[in-house]
Amino acid sequence: MDAAKEARRGSDKAREKAVPPPSASNVPAFSRDEDLHAYREMLLIRRFEEKAGQLYGMGLIGGFCHLYIGQEAVVVGVQMASKDGDQVITGYRDHGHMLACGMEPKGVMAELTGRRGGYSRGKGGSMHMFSREKNFYGGHGIVGAQVSLGTGIGFANKYRGDGAVSLTYMGDGAANQGQVYESFNMAQLWKLPVVYVIENNRYAMGTSVSRASAQTDFSKRGVSFGIPGEQVDGMDVRAVREAARRAIAHARDGEGPYILEMQTYRYRGHSMSDPAKYRTKDEVARMREESDPIEQVRKRLLGPHKVPEDEIKAVDAKVREIVNESADFATSDPEPDPSELWTDILLEPSR
Amino acid sequence: MATDILMPALSPTMEQGKLAKWLKKEGDPVKAGDILAEIETDKATMEVEAVDEGVLAKILVADGTDNVAVNTPIAVLAEEGEDPKGVQAGGAKPNGKGDGEAGQKAPAPDMQAEGQAERPAPAAKTGDDQPVATPAAPAVVASRGQDPAMAEIPEGTEMVTQTVREALRDAMAEEMRRDGSVFVMGEEVAEYQGAYKITQGLLQEFGAKRVVDTPITEHGFAGVGVGAAFTGLKPIVEFMTFNFAMQAIDQIINSAAKTLYMSGGQLGCPIVFRGPNGAAARVAAQHSHDYAAWYSNVPGLKVVMPYTASDAKGLLKSAIRDPNPVVFLENEILYGQSFPVPKLDDFTVPIGKAKVHREGRDVTIVSFGIGMTYALKAAQELAEAGISAEVIDLRTIRPMDSQTVVESVKKTGRCVTVEEGFPQSGVGAEIAARLMVDAFDYLDAPVLRITGKDVPMPYAANLEKLALPNVAEVIEAAKAVCYR
Repeated sequence: MDAAKEARRGSDKAREKAVPPPSASNVPAFSRDEDLHAYREMLLIRRFEEKAGQLYGMGLIGGFCHLYIGQEAVVVGVQMASKDGDQVITGYRDHGHMLACGMEPKGVMAELTGRRGGYSRGKGGSMHMFSREKNFYGGHGIVGAQVSLGTGIGFANKYRGDGAVSLTYMGDGAANQGQVYESFNMAQLWKLPVVYVIENNRYAMGTSVSRASAQTDFSKRGVSFGIPGEQVDGMDVRAVREAARRAIAHARDGEGPYILEMQTYRYRGHSMSDPAKYRTKDEVARMREESDPIEQVRKRLLGPHKVPEDEIKAVDAKVREIVNESADFATSDPEPDPSELWTDILLEPSR
Repeated sequence: MATDILMPALSPTMEQGKLAKWLKKEGDPVKAGDILAEIETDKATMEVEAVDEGVLAKILVADGTDNVAVNTPIAVLAEEGEDPKGVQAGGAKPNGKGDGEAGQKAPAPDMQAEGQAERPAPAAKTGDDQPVATPAAPAVVASRGQDPAMAEIPEGTEMVTQTVREALRDAMAEEMRRDGSVFVMGEEVAEYQGAYKITQGLLQEFGAKRVVDTPITEHGFAGVGVGAAFTGLKPIVEFMTFNFAMQAIDQIINSAAKTLYMSGGQLGCPIVFRGPNGAAARVAAQHSHDYAAWYSNVPGLKVVMPYTASDAKGLLKSAIRDPNPVVFLENEILYGQSFPVPKLDDFTVPIGKAKVHREGRDVTIVSFGIGMTYALKAAQELAEAGISAEVIDLRTIRPMDSQTVVESVKKTGRCVTVEEGFPQSGVGAEIAARLMVDAFDYLDAPVLRITGKDVPMPYAANLEKLALPNVAEVIEAAKAVCYR
């Protein structure tokens, strides 16, 4: 039996043989265009989130607001491996996923500020946004709930036989919820096309992985169901795309679900109101200096790809412009009409 | 000494069954553990094993006999050495475990004698929308009569007798034939044919793709159903009972009910959560909860709780077609009860419309689901006492058709509500509050609520009976509001 086939069977031993550990030397190179694309996408998320943090500080965004800064390579890399028609669903740290799915920054930001031009017309907020058009299924506020829902999307894909794959994201915290394992069981039992992306950013709110998880290797969380998994350097967009390609191909080929543990890091607190006493400033600074996903790409662009600095600056400027526009829109767009209070509760039967 | 072999109770709610087939014949020797006969209940075909040794002396109930009541002697077992020909039918000792129990009743629950006595047995009144006495094979009852309970059914429609169970199954089958995006999932829905036989035959007709057995994993499969519904499929998620849906209630409320709103109208959730709700018989607190009031508290859900087979069918079809999440609360006791059902190709009942089940002048009794059995029996007895009660079947708890209730109370000036759920924040409390606002000037007495008692459901038969509402309480309340 060849190693790849063996790996699909989910045996630990086979997986160790077949899948290279996440190290830069084994990661396939990106072309200049691919790196430029990844750079732009990740930078958009970074700048968007920084702006959101700013608006939150100004009192223009309310409630909970969970920033994705530091984790950008995960969703950008997975999206680079996906196809049109594949669906994305995640928890409440969701702004990056929406932008990576191609949703309009204006509509996302206006939802954060609770305005009528927001994706949910101001009724969902940071944690609850959706776009049927872009196959983004939320944006869910209950930790772990999206995992069963994403499994159901995979069920629907199989039911329809349309070849789509459900990309179901969760954090290391959600990975300890019971329904995650109920979902793993059904997904493997029924060979559903689902890729479970566990974004391990090391902290579930303020609890580090080692304080909350008996098994800290999240790629092994599907072992008892025979679901193959990999640990991936989630700070390297190339490694992410490569692993996601394998996982998505596995799911699309009818082989069932696949687990990707993305080893990543969030620079900001759990939410805007997090004092982050549970980790040192040094730890955060070290990650930013040594592993920043955007800096890695920027260095490649300036170095081996020989992209002129002006061209990169132009990208930076364009991204800033888009983000500023979204903020302008989100702060000038009116609040929802009071009549919106009573809409979208039930749909009218079409009979 | 000879022993009577009694018709066994094979489930908590079984009252009768069919003696399908004897596997031993008269004169055969019998050892403990031998299979004597096959019995068909409305849920399943089960084998009856011998408890004692002896010789099967006499068969008292022949192969193929329908409607054999639990505890009826079905055969006589002679002891070894005893002359089988000499044994007396009926006079023999029942098949207890030993001499010490001689003459005692078999331990099988006797619904009429114990906990279920106050849940009125189906009245033997046909031609209107009352339950039909015997759950016989489907038969043409009559054409639709003039009864107000049948006002929705076109005049002259042929009616057939069906159990609630059959009506629910037909509703699902018809909708699955009509729409390929409808599928049913849940525990034991496919190969087992349904824990309560509601999905009987669906696997055979629609295959395993559309009739999906799930692991015991309520939280997970409810979420899977909701996720599939977000993409536009129309799942029917069966909970073996709604008690188990407590494991899944986060997905029902936080995901199914709220997402349309939170998505600004983008992501609807066309899903039906269905299964038996409320008390069955002798299954105690964790298996007896009535969730009507709970789910009715949640915007974004529709909550349906039918009483008759006809409503069960028409409302389930509407629920499956509805683009919103519908919580469809059934009742195990009602599954086996038979009612006239219109023989129409596509019979639906609108969600959100109450029904005047029985017209009256003096007092309005509002109920729903199995509560209707108390309400109707009470109305019948009240009529004999000279009080004319109007009985309204809410059918849908949310959105609640308070207009029908208010119209009735404007006429009668008095109202009693009946439900098996708990009193605090119950459906009756909601009706009382609405009447206080919308019919205050018409009320001649405070609205009274008859509910399950404010205690976890006890197991003991006598306590269970006390915990449930009863007909006498309804009559007493109706008289009280009439100052009689």
